Amino acid sequence: MIGAVLSLGGIGFLAAVILGFASKKFAVEVDPKEEAILNALPGANCGACGYPGCSGYAKAVASGQVDPSLCTPGGKAVVEKIAQIMGVEAVVADPMVAVVCCQGDNEKAKDKYKYLGVQDCITAQMLAGGPKDCPGGCLGLGTCVAACPFGAIEITPQGLAVIDREKCTGCKKCVSVCPRKVIKMTPKSATVHVLCNSHDKGPMVKSYCKIGCIGCQLCKRTSPEVYEVENFLASVKYDTYDAEQAIAGMEKCPTKCIRDFAAGYPEGSTFKS
Amino acid sequence: MELKTFKGGLHPPDNKAWSEKKAIEVCPLAEGDELVVLLSQHIGAPAEACVKKGDTVKKGQLIATPKGFVSVPIHAPTSGEVVAVEPRLGTAGTRVPAVVIKADGQDAWDDSLAGADPDTLTPQEIKDRIRDAGIVGMGGATFPTHVKLSPPEDKKIDYLILNGVECEPYLTADHRLMIEEPENIIEGILIIKKVLGVEKAIIGIEANKPDAIDLMTKACAGRGIEVGALKVQYPQGAEKQLIYALTGREVPSGGLPMDCGCVVQNVGTAAAINDAVRRGIPLIERIATVSGSAVAEPKNLRIKIGQPLSKLVEYCGGVKGDLGKVIQGGPMMGMAAVSLDIPATRGTSGVLLFSEGQVLKEPEGPCVRCGNCVRACPAFILPTEIAFRTRKGLIDEAEKLNAMDCIECGSCTYICPARIPLIQSLRQAKGAIIAKRRKV
Repeated sequence: MIGAVLSLGGIGFLAAVILGFASKKFAVEVDPKEEAILNALPGANCGACGYPGCSGYAKAVASGQVDPSLCTPGGKAVVEKIAQIMGVEAVVADPMVAVVCCQGDNEKAKDKYKYLGVQDCITAQMLAGGPKDCPGGCLGLGTCVAACPFGAIEITPQGLAVIDREKCTGCKKCVSVCPRKVIKMTPKSATVHVLCNSHDKGPMVKSYCKIGCIGCQLCKRTSPEVYEVENFLASVKYDTYDAEQAIAGMEKCPTKCIRDFAAGYPEGSTFKS
Repeated sequence: MELKTFKGGLHPPDNKAWSEKKAIEVCPLAEGDELVVLLSQHIGAPAEACVKKGDTVKKGQLIATPKGFVSVPIHAPTSGEVVAVEPRLGTAGTRVPAVVIKADGQDAWDDSLAGADPDTLTPQEIKDRIRDAGIVGMGGATFPTHVKLSPPEDKKIDYLILNGVECEPYLTADHRLMIEEPENIIEGILIIKKVLGVEKAIIGIEANKPDAIDLMTKACAGRGIEVGALKVQYPQGAEKQLIYALTGREVPSGGLPMDCGCVVQNVGTAAAINDAVRRGIPLIERIATVSGSAVAEPKNLRIKIGQPLSKLVEYCGGVKGDLGKVIQGGPMMGMAAVSLDIPATRGTSGVLLFSEGQVLKEPEGPCVRCGNCVRACPAFILPTEIAFRTRKGLIDEAEKLNAMDCIECGSCTYICPARIPLIQSLRQAKGAIIAKRRKV
């Protein structure tokens, strides 16, 4: 009995001494700042900052050579926290959110063929440039939904990708996977956007889509400060954005391809403004 | 006689009886018909138009010049007026540059075209003639022939293989060509032999064409060309599989036929080479099979490059019943056409029309791990493993599983009991791997 207690106790003591020694000798020095920054980050590992995961970014910021405001998912709160840890002043840019620049769902835009293959936009795009007749329209097969780490994208029952402006953190994952480049980054403060991605001429657009931009210039003529038309496609000038003027131009649009997200999301979406 | 074959593959119903006894007919061209000649009908850089709107052209006249070594010129398929040089709907369903010619009904030849006796030409002169005539692989892949006939110095070629297999179901164009124009093919083979300087030449023909085997064997006797009968098995006509079946040699992974001393040419290409060298005729026509359950009368046609598919179908009595799908080429490797308005190209070996009921509409099911695709794969890769990695975006892993060895024959997709479009993902994987390698 005593022998057993002594021998087990002895082994335990010996192991404790070795471990204690090892923890001092082989200790990995971690910058306390780095740990604090990592705790402050949202932990989504989305890569929007350009570093491999949150820990990679925390390390880079702790080294003092990287801008502490690169975490777009974290937003203003996180940037302020990190700036406080680093002892610098927080510079918070206007947050950006992604917008699907298309409203041509299955009811409004024509398909040139019936697609029955792999349900993935990148794969579908390889077959005759995708089933949608419009060369720029959303295919609605949900490659962006799978790529979004924040669950901010849904496909409407009519087959159109829609992004929730509240959940979107601006990580750009969807922008990089979309084979049709129909998702664009826009300032969150601007709510009026041109939802079309076709540079074809008006009659061509009309042949395949009921809600596409025909390049008529009416929006530009109404609000030249906010709209420009290039290569038969209107776009919003976000630098000189003004909500009132944007809405004035939107109301003139004959095809209703301009939408104010503050007034509602595209048809079929469950997101609320 | 024991029939030669390769490992793997399968045997889909060949459905060749619909058109194999039908002699080749010329698909007519009327005055005023528009021919849409695409500028990219071959693998490699697209040609550049050298005519403009309003020009009059003669049959066989050069209308587009090649850009780079892996590219070929393009010629006017008939005489008439150039009415447009603009993007038109092409084979892949996208708008691509094209020259549109309105036929004048004369079909008058360009007088400057002249043939030559191949015996008086050097191999290089013959190759130049082949390139200038715009000859590409007529099996459907349309790889420029002069490139295939120019192996690097250090590759010793000792075997010329002629592909008369036509393993794709429905297609009978090569079969009819072998029966109707054996001399044209054989003289073409002799020209290729001279260019490559090889002694051995062998024509591979599948055993479901016994008349062609008999005829070619008789015609080739004593002229240094063998005929090899092959088992009816898909994809017997794929380059690497054909080389293995006929010679027992294996093309190394990532290699080309020249790496094992072989050059493979389609029998149609041999005939086109003979026309080009002896008679100076550029590649402006080809033979295509129009068949399938939704065409009134299946036929083999001699078509002009640029004729719309709808004209071909019209000549075969039009569409029968409800049309569900149109495929250009064979049903295994061919491409679905987005419309019948697209023009025929140098690669149009067939136009197949299928009724609505024949089109697969059920969605794919889960993989049941039966291994059928792995057994059928003639390239010995794991289609299901590669396809699912590709879907997850794991391109590096797909590359490690030798996705690049896929020959895109479609056997895996044909045999899959869960109807999984494996080949679609394999093609995607190959495209992504090539793009990745280019970036590095």
